[in-house]
Amino acid sequence: MQREGSPWQGVGVVARKELSDHLSSVRMLVIELLVVVTGVVVVLVSLQQIRDVTAEDPFLLLRVFTRSGEQLSFVFVLTLLVPLIAIGLGFDLVNSEYNQRTLSRVLSQPIYRDALLFGKFLAGLATIAISLTAMWMVVIGLALATLGVPPNGEELARAALMLFVTIAYAGVWLALAMLFSVLFRSPATAALSALGLWLFISILWPFLSSHLVNVFVPASASSADELLNTLATHQAVRRVSPGALFGEIVTVLLDPAVRSTQQSQLAAMGLALIEPGSIPGAPLPLLQSVLIVWPQMVSLIAGTIVLFVIGYVIFQRQEVRA
Amino acid sequence: MSEPVIEAQNLTKRYDGVPVVKGVSFSVAQGEIFGLLGPNGAGKTTTILMMLGLTEVSDGQVKVLGYDPVREPLQVKRRVGYLPDAVGFYDNLTAAENLRYIGRLIGLDARECEEKMTAALDHVGLHDVTDRRVATFSRGMRQRLGIAEILLKDAQIAILDEPTSGLDPQATIELLEIIRNLKQRKVTVLLSSHLLDRVQSVCDRVALFSQGNIVLMGTVDELGRQVLGGNFNLDVEAEGSGLEARFKAIPGVTGVEALGPNRWRLKTDRDVRSEAAGAVMGSGGRLLRLSLEVPTLETIYTRYFRGEQEAGRHAA
Repeated sequence: MQREGSPWQGVGVVARKELSDHLSSVRMLVIELLVVVTGVVVVLVSLQQIRDVTAEDPFLLLRVFTRSGEQLSFVFVLTLLVPLIAIGLGFDLVNSEYNQRTLSRVLSQPIYRDALLFGKFLAGLATIAISLTAMWMVVIGLALATLGVPPNGEELARAALMLFVTIAYAGVWLALAMLFSVLFRSPATAALSALGLWLFISILWPFLSSHLVNVFVPASASSADELLNTLATHQAVRRVSPGALFGEIVTVLLDPAVRSTQQSQLAAMGLALIEPGSIPGAPLPLLQSVLIVWPQMVSLIAGTIVLFVIGYVIFQRQEVRA
Repeated sequence: MSEPVIEAQNLTKRYDGVPVVKGVSFSVAQGEIFGLLGPNGAGKTTTILMMLGLTEVSDGQVKVLGYDPVREPLQVKRRVGYLPDAVGFYDNLTAAENLRYIGRLIGLDARECEEKMTAALDHVGLHDVTDRRVATFSRGMRQRLGIAEILLKDAQIAILDEPTSGLDPQATIELLEIIRNLKQRKVTVLLSSHLLDRVQSVCDRVALFSQGNIVLMGTVDELGRQVLGGNFNLDVEAEGSGLEARFKAIPGVTGVEALGPNRWRLKTDRDVRSEAAGAVMGSGGRLLRLSLEVPTLETIYTRYFRGEQEAGRHAA
């Protein structure tokens, strides 16, 4: 049966209203504060290190993002902070409409439920994008001011791609938070569940996954192929966490010398991946770096879509009445 | 009577196989105020949600202004205003901002929206609080803001779910007045309530719901005749001798019951107040009180269900 009218009708109106709600909320103030403070602190620490370490690195700007100052790189902070922001914005998107008893009134206007859900998601994503872009600019600005070296075009392109990937990473968590806000009528339950899952996936899963793999796959590797296979299995299981995907993408994008997502693990074992005919440590062109992590980038976006669709289907079947 | 604007036929809703609305049929004519009355949980709100296409119809069908809310929900929702039970607004926004949001969802352009909004807020008496946050509004103000939203929409049909519940008497009177005004604007009003007497005064016709069925439908007078069998109770308090016999002699009186010293209840099939007064005067007695019990929805409703229960007991 064909529905009459467009499912998009009203999306813009909903998104605009939600965005203005987000931007004027106290929550946004907290997020901005969090974003600016962490951005500044982490960058200042890593800048200190960079100045001590190197003076002739061609990709100096990118080091700002990845260099661990006191074991705390900007990228690592993002991996943890972005889900928090997304959950903070998304956990009460739908259930607050129920609790304020506004849902039936809004849905009795000539729009479909699609518009409400999609508008809310777009507004949330836009809010996060604004915050992250602000943070990104703070970092770049600080780096320029303190390092005094103008960045080249490729560096900027890589940094911009990294911003885009970060927003996609936030999308996964926003879709998850919105799914929970559809599932649970109480915002507290939704927030707690989303945070619980975040804690499990971001902090516990990396440890748990390697133990799980060790149980099923023997750790002893006699040949290089076997070793790489084992590593691939570890990676595959770890990739259940969007944070792992994000980490892999950013590592490759921000360091042109990285030729494989397994490179850091091999390095930890004192090994190096040397492809025939390549010069170790030589920078890859941007497009090659992107190609290495293309599957991961697609996975992040696909994950967002899948989570959104699950929430969408459940929301469509829910009764308007609480 | 003009063309019906709402027509429900055998409308049924089942939740997990349990019927909540069991095949109700009714029609509402253009410009009338139609009341869906009945206790909580009788299926009134579910019926309303089906008319708006906000919940799926399990069986039967409903047409609103000729559109099927299941297939053409946007057409229906464009023309029908809805005030839900315990209506909610965005508390962090002002009354005007809340209405502006709805205006944009309807698709009004900015200037048109402002004009209509001012007129609507004036009409419901909220023009002084336009720029106050809704969080500070009382229940009655929220209900009136909800009606302003229906006016903003220029709705042809206003569906009001429990508009007077939780309101104090003064606010109720004001709201009922606003509902009467809707009728003057040629808006068809369908309202639901569990407070029978409050809405009796505004409804042209009512449908009494019970356990998912419409058990009675018609004007209040019709229902009174139907259920109470055209019986009036006339309470007389008078001093005098031989009054009971005189009352019995009045044509139309079917029974006289002594309620106490000098007090009688006359069962009649028409209004015999003047005859009863004449009878008292004729006997040289003093008439102290004469009151005719007008059938209210409340009595019709309780009487009907008492009758049902007794019938059930006899059958069992």
